[in-house]
Amino acid sequence: MGALARRRRRRIVGLLVLVGLAAAAGLASIAIGSKPIGLDGVWHGLVAPTGTENDIIIRSLRVPRTELAVLAGIALGVAGSLIQGHTRNPLADPGLLGVTSGAAFAVVVGIFAFGMTSLYSYVWLAFLGAVVTTGLVFLLGSAGRGGPTPLTLALAGAAVSALMVGLISAMAVIDQQSLEAFRFWRVGAVAGRDPVVIGQVLPFLAVGLVLALANAPGLNALSLGEDVARSIGQHVTRTRLLGIVAITLLTGGAVAACGPIGFVGLVVPHVARFITGPDHRWLLPYSGLIGAVLLLVADIIGRVIAWPSELQVGIVLALIGAPVFVGIVRRKRMVRL
Amino acid sequence: MIGPNGCGKSTLLRAMGRLLAPRGGQVLLDGKRIDRMPTREVAKLLGVLPQSPQAPEGLTVADLVARGRHPHQAWYRQWSSDDHAAIDEALAMTGMTELADRTLDQLSGGQRQRAWISMALAQGTELLLLDEPTTYLDLAHQVDVLDLVQRLHSELGRTVVMVLHDLNLAARYADRLVALRAGKVVAQGRPHDVLTEDLLRDVFDLEAKVIDDPVAGTPLVVPIGTRHRT
Repeated sequence: MGALARRRRRRIVGLLVLVGLAAAAGLASIAIGSKPIGLDGVWHGLVAPTGTENDIIIRSLRVPRTELAVLAGIALGVAGSLIQGHTRNPLADPGLLGVTSGAAFAVVVGIFAFGMTSLYSYVWLAFLGAVVTTGLVFLLGSAGRGGPTPLTLALAGAAVSALMVGLISAMAVIDQQSLEAFRFWRVGAVAGRDPVVIGQVLPFLAVGLVLALANAPGLNALSLGEDVARSIGQHVTRTRLLGIVAITLLTGGAVAACGPIGFVGLVVPHVARFITGPDHRWLLPYSGLIGAVLLLVADIIGRVIAWPSELQVGIVLALIGAPVFVGIVRRKRMVRL
Repeated sequence: MIGPNGCGKSTLLRAMGRLLAPRGGQVLLDGKRIDRMPTREVAKLLGVLPQSPQAPEGLTVADLVARGRHPHQAWYRQWSSDDHAAIDEALAMTGMTELADRTLDQLSGGQRQRAWISMALAQGTELLLLDEPTTYLDLAHQVDVLDLVQRLHSELGRTVVMVLHDLNLAARYADRLVALRAGKVVAQGRPHDVLTEDLLRDVFDLEAKVIDDPVAGTPLVVPIGTRHRT
């Protein structure tokens, strides 16, 4: 098994390289912005802050947005790999089960019906909306005789999402204030969020991540088809349920903190799979780290291309993501699952 | 297991392998109801290979065979020396050692089927249920795969239950044949007792002569067809 050992070592090295890349991108994310700060300033602000203007910028603005980008990147990357693995659909993204539209719906209801305006309340509303919607989708998708299958779940997700989007539009049309508040929420961003948000979603993301990693061996079994999975001792429904809970926690946490951020969950798994192959025990950590790097870099680009103003990371990702996605579709070898 | 298309061979095999819950009746494994046994326990006793199984792209033969060890692994213990030994043995037995680092999509149909059998073998179960392991293979590769299955039985003492389409190969390789029609077992026993001209007419609606296979002495079915009907 020399080849296996060599491959294992190569993959561990790859993970370390990604951690290094993420750290470098994180430092860059703290240094770069409408007011550029040199690396010595970054060091000063991180290690021994004395309350200078730079220190305040770093600690109250740059560090929180960097942390948020890392967390959301990890969450969306891992959730993307989970959803593509569970549905065996290379075009699935973490919003497939209605998580994102459910979160958006809850936020709009909060603004429309209860006049909520603070980002705090958005976080909880969005998270609640995400969880309730996925639960609903899972129930609808399991209703038939065959239990939850990738197809029934995807269909239920699409139907519920369409319903949510319709209701959101209706409320936004009726109420100008909802439209205004929603307009800003729906562009995914890691900037301008209260640092408290990070502490609020962190437990959910952490639990989601642990569940996702625990799901990896089962997902490997499932990728051989349900019959083979069962015959090699994997409980299929339990595995699916675990995966869906992990996806909901990760995506719900990310959406609640940052608003809907597209393309990370769709594109990152393809890049990761290209490097690691189809073993989810490697694919999930790789996806998380690549997601973090991608989100950090996209956020930095958003600050550079519109300097001294900036472009929200959600918009940047859509602008980078679309061409990347076309590239993926053209490279057929990367797509098939 | 033999029988015409749609007679329930695969359904029966899947029920026996706990992939389907029977609406009536029960499947017993060592005297215990199989549907009440934990999935993992069943997986240590009985392996099932469905017809034309699917694998994700980029999966190597070694990876696939390693997944056969799934029931023996837990989240805290992903890998043991038993696993390595079982995988090496399964690869050697199926002649796949040389191809272990190839991905499944690089293999021919016959090699791919050997890889899947190798996975089922690594699972280390005494019982193997195979659903038409020779589908889509040319005759040479069908014989090749069935020779391998035969060796699993004679050299490793595995009990193999197979659904086979080709009656002559079934008669050649099986110790016992079970003939099904419309979801019912019509006949079972040694190939000579089961594969008769009467049974072929009753079960398959086939007019045929049954002669002795000049190579193995097992029954050989020679269909008549309209052109040669007298």
